Amino acid sequence: MKDERIDPLKELDPLRIADRSFASRLIVGTGKYRSHEETVEAVRASGAEMVTVAVRRIDLDASKQESLLHHLDPEEFFLLPNTAGCFTAEDAIRYARLGRETGLSSWVKLEVIGDQETLLPDTEALLQATRVLTAEGFTVLPYTNDDLITALRLEDAGAAAVMPLASPIGSGLGLLNPLNIRLLKSRLSVPVIVDAGVGTASDACLTMEQGVDGILMNTALAAAERPVLMASAMRLAVRAGRAAYLAGRMPTREWAVPSSPSTGMLD
Amino acid sequence: MQVEINGKSREFVAGGSVLALLVELEIDPRLVVVERNREIVRRDDLDRVEVEDGDRFEIVQFVGGG
Repeated sequence: MKDERIDPLKELDPLRIADRSFASRLIVGTGKYRSHEETVEAVRASGAEMVTVAVRRIDLDASKQESLLHHLDPEEFFLLPNTAGCFTAEDAIRYARLGRETGLSSWVKLEVIGDQETLLPDTEALLQATRVLTAEGFTVLPYTNDDLITALRLEDAGAAAVMPLASPIGSGLGLLNPLNIRLLKSRLSVPVIVDAGVGTASDACLTMEQGVDGILMNTALAAAERPVLMASAMRLAVRAGRAAYLAGRMPTREWAVPSSPSTGMLD
Repeated sequence: MQVEINGKSREFVAGGSVLALLVELEIDPRLVVVERNREIVRRDDLDRVEVEDGDRFEIVQFVGGG
């Protein structure tokens, strides 16, 4: 074998959202890790360039805490503030504005949750917040249901990408409805990023094989027994799934077809 | 003077600008965003906006999240 083989995976196309390009199609969250150190190690292992963060009150009573920003260098990662925990459009807009004021970017991962138990999105409030924030110059990436009509309306409202769930946030149930995800992808012009529900590498691979543009995940890494190793697995799975999608899978059939020639057999 | 910060009442002994308040609280202004009475205080304005008695502040930062 030649030493200088061409690695076809090098040809994998970048993820483009709005005016930015990302070599990795994996976006990761930074919640629920055991430490800042583990967070950064896992994020690096995942190969992700875009990394989500939440906006919360500082704890004035705690003795000098280290800021997450001391560990996640905004020069190294593109930080995407979220509006997690918001239950109204008004709150989500408020959090988005606070996130932008850090001066890093005007991008926001928009979440408006409609139900505490399932954390499913309030799509009406989501649309409303998307319109307001888009008008204010935000690049809005809304977390939504795997519902085509809502997705189309979010695109119309100016969303830079649409982020349907694979299954509920933090559930690890994997891709429950590949059909809906493929339908969304076939009908939207903006990128489709599957956000939430992926549990392990096969989920990520299967999701990417549907042709979506990327995956956003958090708990699958943070809640793994070994988050850094799982982050590496997810990096490979997302690349494998993308490559398999681009390669075009063989057709399935009901019965066997021999792989070896049926001619030239001995008498 | 008495102000409210992140839902808790506090004494701002020295008085002065929002930046002075952050300094008193030993908070690095580059790592936080400040809301005063529901209005964001732009970073460039931190030393220009004077704290008034009864002001309500939210001081937030980025934390881990998905």
